[in-house]
Amino acid sequence: MPNITEIANHAKENAEKLGIKKFDIYGSSVDETSVQVDRGAPKQVKASNRSGVTVRVWNDDNTVGVTSTTDVDPNGLKLALETAYEASFFGVKDNAPDFSPEATVPLEKSSDEKATQAPVSQLIESLIEAEKELLAAHPAIEGVPYNGLAQREIDRFYLNSAGATRNESRSIASIYLYSKTEQEGKKPRSAGAFKLSRSLEQLDIEGCLKEAAEKTISHLNYEKVKTGKYTVVFSAEAFLSLLGAFSNLYNAQSILDKQSLSTPESLGTNIASPLLSVYDDALHPANIGAETFDGEGTPTRRISIIENGTLTNFLHSAGTAKRLNAQPTGHANIGSKVMVSSHFYHVLQGAKAEQEYSLANADNVIFIDDLQALHAGVKSLQGSFSLPFDGWMVNNGKLTSIESATVAGDFREVLQSIIFVEPDAELTPGGVCPRIWVDGLSITGEA
Amino acid sequence: MTLSMHPSTLLLSKELPTLQYTSTPDRFDETWEAPLSTLLGLGRAAGADFIEFFLERANYISCLAEEDTITSISPRLSTGAGVRVFRGKADCYVSTNDLSFSGLKSALEKGLSILGLQLPAPNAFIPEINLELLRDYATKKGKDAWLPQCSPIREMGEVLLDASALLTRKAKHIQSRRTSYFRDWQEVLVAASDGTFARDIRLTQSVGYNLLCADGANRSSIAKRDGSTSEADFLRKWNPEAAAEEVAESAGIMLYADYVESGNYPIIMANQFGGVIFHEACGHLLETTQIERKTTPFADKKGEKIAHESLTAWDEGLSPNAFGTIDMDDEGMPAQRTLLIEKGVLKNFLADRSGSLLTGHPRTGSGRRQNYTFAAASRMRNTYIAPGEYTNEDLFSSIDKGIYCKKMGGGSVGATGEFNFSVEEAYLIENGKITKPLKGAILIGEAKEIMNKISMCSQDIGLAAGFCGSVSGSIYTTVGQPHIKVDSITVGGR
Repeated sequence: MPNITEIANHAKENAEKLGIKKFDIYGSSVDETSVQVDRGAPKQVKASNRSGVTVRVWNDDNTVGVTSTTDVDPNGLKLALETAYEASFFGVKDNAPDFSPEATVPLEKSSDEKATQAPVSQLIESLIEAEKELLAAHPAIEGVPYNGLAQREIDRFYLNSAGATRNESRSIASIYLYSKTEQEGKKPRSAGAFKLSRSLEQLDIEGCLKEAAEKTISHLNYEKVKTGKYTVVFSAEAFLSLLGAFSNLYNAQSILDKQSLSTPESLGTNIASPLLSVYDDALHPANIGAETFDGEGTPTRRISIIENGTLTNFLHSAGTAKRLNAQPTGHANIGSKVMVSSHFYHVLQGAKAEQEYSLANADNVIFIDDLQALHAGVKSLQGSFSLPFDGWMVNNGKLTSIESATVAGDFREVLQSIIFVEPDAELTPGGVCPRIWVDGLSITGEA
Repeated sequence: MTLSMHPSTLLLSKELPTLQYTSTPDRFDETWEAPLSTLLGLGRAAGADFIEFFLERANYISCLAEEDTITSISPRLSTGAGVRVFRGKADCYVSTNDLSFSGLKSALEKGLSILGLQLPAPNAFIPEINLELLRDYATKKGKDAWLPQCSPIREMGEVLLDASALLTRKAKHIQSRRTSYFRDWQEVLVAASDGTFARDIRLTQSVGYNLLCADGANRSSIAKRDGSTSEADFLRKWNPEAAAEEVAESAGIMLYADYVESGNYPIIMANQFGGVIFHEACGHLLETTQIERKTTPFADKKGEKIAHESLTAWDEGLSPNAFGTIDMDDEGMPAQRTLLIEKGVLKNFLADRSGSLLTGHPRTGSGRRQNYTFAAASRMRNTYIAPGEYTNEDLFSSIDKGIYCKKMGGGSVGATGEFNFSVEEAYLIENGKITKPLKGAILIGEAKEIMNKISMCSQDIGLAAGFCGSVSGSIYTTVGQPHIKVDSITVGGR
C-alpha cells in the first residue's frame, strides 16, 4: 500500500493530468491492532491498515465537488478526482467553500510522536492479566463482557494547489474494561472505565481496572430513588457528554444552518452561570489525540467558548468565519459540506462561588457518573434531554447506588442553574473538567 | 476467466512470490477463484482451522437539500478486504484496502502470525481449497444493472429541491427544513476454506425530511425517513407529498405539546417503528454475540416461556424490498426466516459462524457487518412481532390512563438487559381516548420483565426502515409490529 507521501504525490500528479487547476486533499492512514479476551483466552484480535483521502475540486465557475475514497492507488485517486470534478457542477454557488487563509500559516507546534508498537502477544497478556485482576476484585464480578486493548498509529496530511502542505503522525493506545455482576436475588449490575495514552508502555491499565472494579462494586447495593427535583452533581464525563450533545450552542455551522439554540447575536450574552468557563483546546497537554491542524489545514488552538457564563466565541471553519466576520479556529472537517466540531474541552471555574459544596458532607444529592443513550434521549434542537444514568444518592456524605432512574431537563436551564464548579479537574478522553453542581433537576425513579 | 501461471498441480510455497493472477479489477467474478483458493490453501497449510475472505467494493453517495439549495453532494468510493482466521475457538480479523494478491497475502500472513502460525517452509506443498461454483446472487437476479439505473446526481437534486419546497406549503413556523437522500451500493465476495464462494450486490437507499419548527420558546423537531433495498428506481417512486404532510402535521402538534409527567404507565405503541421495543428489549438479547459475552438473560431459556403468550416474533432476510433484506449474509450463507418466539416460548437464537462455533446454536444466515473493516457478527435483519387477535379499539379501551407512543426515536440495551428508547411523538390516553400530545418521554425497562408485559397485539402489522449499531458496525435493519399494549413501563420525563 502506498504511504502517505506517495498518496499525496499520486493525487497531485493526477490532478495535473486531468487539468484540474484548483484542488485540495485531506487524507489519513491508520495502522491499528486491537485485542479482546474472554476468561483468560484471546477472544478476537483485529488488525487493520487502511487509508483514505477526500479530494475537493474547484471548476472554472468556482463551484466545488468532493469525493472520498479508500482506493488510494493512482487509478483510485484518478477516479476520485474525476468524480469530484463531475460533482463540482452541482456544488453550491452561494458561500462556496474556499481554501483556508491560514492553511499556509506556520504551525506553532508540530506533532510527530509515534511510539514503538507493542507485539500482539504483549497486548493479549496485558489484557488477560487485567481481566483476571478485575474478576478477582469481588466475588460478585462474574465477567468482563466488554473489554479491549488497542494501539494505533495515525498519519494525516493536508495539501492544496496553492502550496499548502501539512502532515503529522502520532500513536495512541487505549484500554476499556466493562465488568458485570451476578448475585442471587439481585439484578445484574455493571460499570466500566476507559483510559488513553500515547503508548502501551504509558497506558494506565492498573488505574483502568481499579476504576472499573470500584465502580462496579459500588453499584452492588442499590436502591430505588424517589422521583422528584434534586441537586445533581455531574461527573466530568457526564457533564462533557451533555456539553458535547448540545454543542450546536457554539457551533458556527449549526448556527448558520439554523440548527442551533443560538443565533449570531448570541455572542456576548450570558448563557450560563458566571461560575462556569469553557474552552476548547486541541493542544492541551493532556489531549492524547491532539491534532495540530484541521481538515482545511487551519492550525488548531485554544478557544474560549464560555467565559464566566458569557458566550465568547463560536467554533469555526474557514467558511463560517468568513460569513460571520471572524477568524477560522481550526475546527473544520473537510467534506462536501464543511462541518465543524470540537477537539478537547477544558472546563474550569469562572467567577468565585459564594458557597462551596462537597460530596463528603452532601445530603439528598444525586451524583451522576455516566449518562446513557444520549443518541436517543437528547433533543439537541429543543434543548431538552431525558436520560438514564449510572449514579449514586448521597446522604450525609454516604453514597448509595441508584437502581434505575432518568434525569431530565433543559440544557440551557442546566447551564444557568450551576451552583458550584469544583476546583479540581478530572481527565477524560474528551477533555478535562471538574464536577459540576446543578440545582433543581428532575429525577425519575420510584413514584 | 483469465488465469496466467496458475499451476495445474499442487503448488510449492516457494512459488508463491512468482504467481501473477489476473482478476477482473472492477467486478468480483470467477477470476477471483484462483488467487483466493490459493490463499485459503496457504492459510490451511499454515495450520489455521478455518479461513474466510470478505471482499467489498462500495459506491455511496449522499445528497442534502437545505431550504431551497443543494448544500452537499458527497460521493464515497471504497474497496477493501477482511480476512478472518480461526484456530480452535480463537480468531483474528485483519482488514486492508489492498486487493492485490500480495496485499491479501500480507493480510493473511498477519492474521496467521497473530495466532502464532507461520507460513509453510519454501518446499512445502500448498493444497489449494476447492471452492464451490460461484453462487452469484447478483448476476442471477440482474443486480449488475442496478447502479446505472439509479437516479443520477441531477435527478437527486431535483427530487430533493421539489420535496423541500413542499414542506413550505405544508408546515407552519418553520425554522429550518432539510431533505436528504443516500444511495449505498455494495458488491461483496465471500470465499472460505469450507468451499464457500458467493457474490452479491446490495443496493440500499433512503430519503427523508428533518423539520424544525419554532414559535417563541416552543420548538419541535420531527424526522421521517423512508428506505428501501433492491429497488433501483426507489427515489423516482418516493411520495414526498405524503411524507411532507405527515412530518408537518406531527411537527405542528408537537410544537405546543406539554412535557410528559414521569411515572409508570400502561402504554400502547403504534405499529411500524414501535417495533424498536422488541429490537432493543429482546432482539439484541437473542444474538449469539450476547450469549458469548453472557450479557443476555435468555442464554439458557431455549424452549422456555420468556414472553407473554400473545407474543410471536420473527427475524428474517426475505421480505421484498425491506431495509434488512439480504440474499446472503456477509459469510455467504443464504438468508432465511428464523422464528424467534412462538406464543411466548423462545425458539431460536440468531447465529453467525463464530457465534455458532462458540455457543453451539446453528447458523441462521445472520452474520452481518457494516463493511470490510468489521468481522461479521450475529445481527438482526427484518425483525418483527407477528400480528395478534385484537383490534386497536380493544387496546385503547383497556386503558384508563396511559400513553400512546405513536412515533419512536432511537434506543439501546446494556449489558444487564436494561433498555431505553425515546418517544418522538406521544399522546395521553384517558378513559380509552387520546386527549393531548406529550413530549420528552423516554421509556426504560428491563428485558426479562417487559417481555411478559406485552399482553395485547393488534392485527395491523407494519414494517419500518432503521439503522442498528453494534459490534460489527452500523447496518440496515427493519423493525416492525402491529399496535401493541405494554401493561406497565417506566416513563422518564419532567
